[in-house]
Amino acid sequence: MSNIPENLKYTKTHEWIDVQDTYAGVCGITDHAQEMLTDIVFVELPEVGIEVKAGEQVAVVESVKAVSDVYAPVSGRITEVNKLLEDKPELLNSDPYGEGWIYKIDIKDKYELDELMDAAAYAEHVAQGE
Amino acid sequence: MQTIFLFHKKGKNKYSIPACDSIQGDEIPRSMLRDDLTLVDVSEVDVVRHYRKLSSLNFGVDNGMYPLGSCTMKYNPKINDVVAMLPQFAMQHPATIEETGQGALHMMYQLQQMLCQITGMHNFSLSPAAGAHGELTSVMIIKKYFETKGEKRNILLIPDSAHGTNPASVAMCGFEVKEIPSDSDGDVDLTKLEDALNEHVAAMMLTSPNTLGLFDRNILKIADMLHSKGALFYCDGANLNAVVGKVRPVDMGFDIMHVNLHKTFSTPHGGGGPGAGPIGVVEKLAPFLPVPIIEKADRYYLQYNRPLSIGRIHSFFGNFMVMLRAYTYIMMLGSDGLRNVAEHAVCNANYLRTKLCNHFQVPYNRICMHEFVINDEGLPNGITTNEVAKRLLDYGFHAPTVYFPLIVHGAMMIEPTETEHRDTLDAFADAMLTIKKEAAQNPALLKKAPVTTPVRKVDAVLAARKPVLKWDD
Amino acid sequence: MSFLPNSDDDILAMCSEIGVSSIEDLFCDIPASIKNPTIQLPQALSEQEALTHILHIGNANEQLCSLVGAGIYNHYVPAVVDHLVSRSEFYTAYTPYQPEISQGTLAAIFEFQTFICRLTGMDIANASMYDGATALAEAVLMAIRSTGKNRVLCSATVHPHYRDVLSAYLWASDAQLAIVPYKQGLTDYEQLSHMIDDNVACVIVQSPNYFGAVEDVASIADSAHNHGALCIATFTEALSLALLKSPGSLGADITCGEGQSFGNYPACGGPLLGILACRSKFMRTIPGRLVGKTVDEEGRDAFVMTLQTREQHIRRQRATSNICTNEGLCALRATIYLSLVGNKLIELARINHALASYCCSRLVALGYERVFTVPFFNEFVIRVDNAKEIRNRLLDNGYALGISIDTYYPELNDCLLLGVTESVSNNDIDNLVELLQTI
Repeated sequence: MSNIPENLKYTKTHEWIDVQDTYAGVCGITDHAQEMLTDIVFVELPEVGIEVKAGEQVAVVESVKAVSDVYAPVSGRITEVNKLLEDKPELLNSDPYGEGWIYKIDIKDKYELDELMDAAAYAEHVAQGE
Repeated sequence: MQTIFLFHKKGKNKYSIPACDSIQGDEIPRSMLRDDLTLVDVSEVDVVRHYRKLSSLNFGVDNGMYPLGSCTMKYNPKINDVVAMLPQFAMQHPATIEETGQGALHMMYQLQQMLCQITGMHNFSLSPAAGAHGELTSVMIIKKYFETKGEKRNILLIPDSAHGTNPASVAMCGFEVKEIPSDSDGDVDLTKLEDALNEHVAAMMLTSPNTLGLFDRNILKIADMLHSKGALFYCDGANLNAVVGKVRPVDMGFDIMHVNLHKTFSTPHGGGGPGAGPIGVVEKLAPFLPVPIIEKADRYYLQYNRPLSIGRIHSFFGNFMVMLRAYTYIMMLGSDGLRNVAEHAVCNANYLRTKLCNHFQVPYNRICMHEFVINDEGLPNGITTNEVAKRLLDYGFHAPTVYFPLIVHGAMMIEPTETEHRDTLDAFADAMLTIKKEAAQNPALLKKAPVTTPVRKVDAVLAARKPVLKWDD
Repeated sequence: MSFLPNSDDDILAMCSEIGVSSIEDLFCDIPASIKNPTIQLPQALSEQEALTHILHIGNANEQLCSLVGAGIYNHYVPAVVDHLVSRSEFYTAYTPYQPEISQGTLAAIFEFQTFICRLTGMDIANASMYDGATALAEAVLMAIRSTGKNRVLCSATVHPHYRDVLSAYLWASDAQLAIVPYKQGLTDYEQLSHMIDDNVACVIVQSPNYFGAVEDVASIADSAHNHGALCIATFTEALSLALLKSPGSLGADITCGEGQSFGNYPACGGPLLGILACRSKFMRTIPGRLVGKTVDEEGRDAFVMTLQTREQHIRRQRATSNICTNEGLCALRATIYLSLVGNKLIELARINHALASYCCSRLVALGYERVFTVPFFNEFVIRVDNAKEIRNRLLDNGYALGISIDTYYPELNDCLLLGVTESVSNNDIDNLVELLQTI
């Protein structure tokens, strides 16, 4: 059973967001996502400063056998990216909710957060094998 | 693992070049010349021993059974390679071929005719250098056909079981890919096809037989459905080996197709190529074929005057030496011989399927064509396809195609080809059963496999995380 | 002739195991109305008859003393190349999907990548494309992907066949191609400056170009870079890379071309060897196979195909290209050739240049006009009255004196494009000149 922290919000496409205050969040992919992908070898990071819409592709995560798009859980502006991942993509496997964070975002519309799943809902989503 | 660079030592290279008694030609200014090139300095003996050693680390069809599904790794007659080395062809320059290469053009002309006979198509172009290149060329023709008719069609239908080259070729021509699911028998889902068909559909690409090794029983119906909507029907001929001489794609309703000469018509695969992917078309598509086409008047010539052609798609005329091999093969087999190829290929595949189906899951367990797909479902101790594949290497077999087609989880796609004897098929089946036994009794054996190969399991993750793509001294 | 090992008895026994009465039952899914058509092919031949037949066809080809280049070069292929490449462990294997039993192919490709990087001055080279023309088309698609722009400028001095192939590929992908004119045998730099703007994805230059002339790649690269475009440097005569400054050192972003000169025969134009190399920042944009160095479970050096997620079998319609089968065996020939010839390649390139210069000066002395008076490598254009007629007469006397190029360059009528390699000696050239004096 994969790790699903209580304090985060989740998308159906297996991203998480840690809402630090109403207008700022940290985003990454879930433990379940990294397990499915197996050994991650490369992360294509977004450019700092770009505006994204909820559900839009922001990053690409690559394992030896698969490529997966990473989507934005909410709309907003990218304020910082985790440069460490360029040299150590394996952090996404070893610590997906900590050192393996992908980018930080200024949240444009806090009401979009209500559309996301909480830990219990996401756990059920994963259990249903989606 | 040694590379040639490890043998480098200044002064070893004694290679000699013919003397030239006119050292003029210092007219290139020094500023244009380089002085930074070092390749390698090794002896001829070093070269011979090194590459002989490297060859011994490889496994080819001549080493043993190579049941790599969809790749048709059959035995390739040695005479093919003898003719492909003849200086009469090898030394022929393409730019003077009409003047000095009438023999070469004669062969190409004959091969065009033979492929028309075998497939029923009206015209063939030999230019595409590989199967995927043939696909791309064909999709260009489809685009040009509708452009000329003034119809805007932007969708190509592709079954979910298709090779990755199909959607990739389609995308290179700016079409949208629409995936059509297969039904529970492995045929195209006709209801889903009906739903997807509209006036925006340019064509459907179908591998026949499909990548599950099945002949679609509704083939004529599918062709009718497409044609009634004005769409074209494209045959990916990757699996032609199953039906060559038994049925012609044109009779199945296909309008355009490619043939992998290196599969069905036996060119050794060369560690990745070269192959050749000639395309055939029905009459209405003939004007769009790439240039040049080989034609005959009092002499053979290259026909370039084709105003509707998509243009040129190869530096010259395609992979001539692969064509020459295919021509030789067809000349030796004749029409009965080709039909026998398909018959024996299909018999071998069904025999092996029958031997394995009581021990392994066969998701679409019906009479197959030249190949079939099993999977790793229910193998003891959670043993996976990859582990079975690696263990097969220890038993002296190449692995099947694994994890393809994508619609079968943990797929192993097995294509024995017609050139394996029943005894070899029995030995392969025995190895598979032994591996299954090992999975139950000693799964560790499979986890660490292969153990008898020149190197052990290779770390692909490291290679991708820290790419080293060239030798640095 | 047949290559089917199973006897009729084997087939009977196998059918009975399968549970059918004959092979024909296995084809039950094919509609009866279209099954077992009549196919008219010549009577099957034995191997011996087939060889006789092919020799008969082959003998209709003529072997001339050839002064023809134009994309294919008749360089000597050392015996070692044919010998080693004939080892069937190499040539009867396929794409090295199972690295544990493919280290031979993988190591050789790794060496090939290394040689190509050293020759081109690039960081990354893939494990081959079909030929120079399709390598160029793929390089341009790569530039379009990387820059997000879709206007392409190509010099008129790029091999006309390459431009034709590029034109077909760009038409298919809805991009625009414009041709930059030439002046005195070189890309017209002034015209280029007028044509280039910030919507251009890449500028393509060939050096040595179709006329054999050495282009100013550095200036063209500068011009491209000033407008946010990439510079693609292409070549048809790979041997020139040993003598001339590398495309990498001149500022090209992507290099591509034809590698046939390295250990591969003219072969009526195929198979050839497409080369594609680039800077490391394009690592995930370059199409085709890449082999990387890694280790096996016991820590030994080993090789493996890598970064495969760019490729069609994983990424399907979003792949960098549809290429699957490549020209592996031709790349192996090139690798063995480059290992054997090694640093002597530089001397070989010099001799090619010297012989071509000698030939050109002898013809000029005969009164032929050297059309472009810029430095060339081993090809050049000459003009003479009744060029075609002279050429035809020489064909009957055992010489192929270049090719006419007025189909693509109508202004260059009565011109011949000549190519000279080490397969032609000083003596051959002297004999040719003597012959020309008599006709």
